[in-house]
Amino acid sequence: MSVPDTTVRPVHRRSTTDRFLLWAGRLGWRHAVMWPVVIFAVFPVLFVVSAALNPIGTLSGSRLWPTGASMANAQDLFQNTPFATWYVNSLFFAIGNAAITVLLSALAAYAFSRMRFKGRRVGLIGLLVIQMFPQFLAIVAIYLMFSDLGELYPVIGFDTRWGLLLVYLGGALSINTWLMKGFFDTVPRELDESAQMDGATHAQVFFRIMLPLVTPVLAIVGLLVFVSTINEFLLASVFLRDTGAQTLGLGLYQLVDSQRNANFGMFAVGAVMLSLPTLAVFWFLQRYISEGLTTGAVKG
Amino acid sequence: MATDRSGGTGTPASGATGRRHPAERRFQGSLGGRIVKILLLGLFTALGVWAVLPLYLAGVWWGIGLVVAVVALVYYVYLSGRTVPAKYLVPGVLFLMAFQIFPVLYTMSTSLTNMSDGHRGSKEQAIASIEAFSVVREDDSREFALTVATTGDPDTGDLVFLLTSPEGDTYAGTEEGLNELIGAQVDPSGRVTGALGYTILTPAQVNERSGELQEFAVPTDDGSGIRSSGLSTAFEGTAVRVYDQACDCIEDTETGTVYHADDERGAFYDEDGRRLAQGWQVGVGLDNFSRFLLDPSFASSFFGTLVWNIVFAASVTFLVFVVGLAVALTLHVPKMRGKTFYRVLVILPYAMSSLAMYLLWRDMFNVDFGLFNRMLGLQVDWLGNVWAARAAVILTNVWLGYPYMFLVATGALQAVPRELGQAARLDGAGPWQAFRHVTLPLLMVAMTPILIATFAFNFNNFNAVWLVTRGGPYGSEGTAASGATDLLITYTYRLAFSEATAQYGYAAALSVMIFLIVSVMSVTGLSRTKALQEVDR
Repeated sequence: MSVPDTTVRPVHRRSTTDRFLLWAGRLGWRHAVMWPVVIFAVFPVLFVVSAALNPIGTLSGSRLWPTGASMANAQDLFQNTPFATWYVNSLFFAIGNAAITVLLSALAAYAFSRMRFKGRRVGLIGLLVIQMFPQFLAIVAIYLMFSDLGELYPVIGFDTRWGLLLVYLGGALSINTWLMKGFFDTVPRELDESAQMDGATHAQVFFRIMLPLVTPVLAIVGLLVFVSTINEFLLASVFLRDTGAQTLGLGLYQLVDSQRNANFGMFAVGAVMLSLPTLAVFWFLQRYISEGLTTGAVKG
Repeated sequence: MATDRSGGTGTPASGATGRRHPAERRFQGSLGGRIVKILLLGLFTALGVWAVLPLYLAGVWWGIGLVVAVVALVYYVYLSGRTVPAKYLVPGVLFLMAFQIFPVLYTMSTSLTNMSDGHRGSKEQAIASIEAFSVVREDDSREFALTVATTGDPDTGDLVFLLTSPEGDTYAGTEEGLNELIGAQVDPSGRVTGALGYTILTPAQVNERSGELQEFAVPTDDGSGIRSSGLSTAFEGTAVRVYDQACDCIEDTETGTVYHADDERGAFYDEDGRRLAQGWQVGVGLDNFSRFLLDPSFASSFFGTLVWNIVFAASVTFLVFVVGLAVALTLHVPKMRGKTFYRVLVILPYAMSSLAMYLLWRDMFNVDFGLFNRMLGLQVDWLGNVWAARAAVILTNVWLGYPYMFLVATGALQAVPRELGQAARLDGAGPWQAFRHVTLPLLMVAMTPILIATFAFNFNNFNAVWLVTRGGPYGSEGTAASGATDLLITYTYRLAFSEATAQYGYAAALSVMIFLIVSVMSVTGLSRTKALQEVDR
């Protein structure tokens, strides 16, 4: 603190009222603001958890506060739907897309950050421009394209995992590459230069020097891609039409679309299950989150 | 990707500089790296060969050329020493080209056509299908034993008729025509039971696609064709509708009606303006665009949606910013009891699955069983009333979106030196003035790009609207017009995939319009920030 502490230590104890007013002015109002915010933030989550445990299992029978603890909804979900397949599909897309995107994006960010080559400027600006045409806007073209591709290669046609994963990977180089490049730029060049002096090749510099130093941004991009893929609906709904090939998100959508009231308990269980991987990813990567999210932004 | 010692980034030759003893070198071009590189290249070559085979069978020569060119490019990039940046860029760029840039260009070209259900193929295909579809049975019709098969997936692949003639010859009939089938296994009744390259459909699968089956016909010579009658027999008959090259028209020999080809609209029309269902794809220039810009009924849908789209994105961005920043400021004190507790709970909505949460909010707004109506004792049709539905969609997105702003604002606040605000206070500024004139301007430097990105994201936030209201409530025209909460992207999606006639061309034109609108707004926004200057660093 550079401001000198001008207050003189109190010689006598303040009265209780004074201390309360001081506390209210400094911290008390903050608690008063936070409680409504916390209630606003938590009540839907509380409701969905209550509904998942609710023995009645209907929307009309669900209460904000848990009325009982029963596994009936979970049993219904496991028995009446291909839940396991949906779940595995969701995780396949989310993990596969996150892992490969992080790799592809880091490779490109390394080139953009450390090398000077013809087309670098065009490439960087091009990445920004292509962001303005999000992939799902081309959904009609992707649909028509894969109608033909699926005829030639049934492995990547509709209702297959590999086909949709390929489409997702089309978005691997994106604004995330910018985020990564910004972070790579903060790693001092002297580090890789000295490694090259020691005889390291560019690949060794990348894998052994750079990657360990930029873990926060790798984690945050992985998290962002994971979360957006597991919640992706538009492309998946066009691509995966067979019940057995669908993701958990699509399955849940249809579950409450057909029988909104009766299936709500099952839906609530599925919603909690779908949130668990996201919560886990947040939990394990929490120390990177504020660092990774803000580094690219703050340094501007 | 793999280790490459010949990389052009100034690797000193071994020991030549003399500055270091060779034994001190910590890095060696590793053998492992080389092996990985060779393995990956081999794998890629195998993939290329695998990709060429179906193209060769289908006779798609340009496709083979493309595969060969890509494989050659990859070999050049990874074996040459002069292409170091490309080694890092090629993997991502290949995906970007194939599954983003190409679809975008394809969308642009589709937006200039009338492509839709009934306007998908070429004119020749349309004629063949019209003729074959009009085939009727005659007394001397040849009967075939029929087996329904496909070359692709049993549920979606193109249908093929495997036919056995009364003489015992076997044929494979597709929408293009009839070819002899050699080496098919035939059961005693004469039906084909197996053939190389074809998947025989089970009776259940055939039944599921019976609608398609009724419209399927194999064109044969001179205006005759083969159609199915039942699931196991087919007949060859003559077409009632016959194409005549001389007048470029189709004559219905039963009724005598003549349908003339209209090459501008891509269909056959009779004198009264009635058309045959099967048409073909033609370029319509900018008609799709002029339709929603100039045609009054479409234009009101389009501009109404556009205005709501902008209002939605702007108000969600503004509200999440205000709420997120307010929470961040409230928690921005060095010591506060329960700070971690508050932080965790406040971030909770961001860590939940947004897809599931949208559906949850939709059900909480449900008029009959929803949480809000039951707890508040109301009977409000939240999602059925125009303004209530709009408010509901915005509220849902504020709930999901403010934690992100909170995180970003917290990070940005930490970067603003606390002393600045304190100095302003010492100079006599009130808390609000100190915030408004000192802290906020500094915050905005970091927050502006994030706000632009948030706006652009919400502008096309498909899930936010589709999962909560599906774009509704709809007006009197039903789902064909735009609904009260429709964003451009949900409106486009419904036009292309949910309507009875899939209007691909029109939907593609809408996509291009969204692209132009977002581009203009983003470029205006970005040009006022420093983001682009980073390019030259």
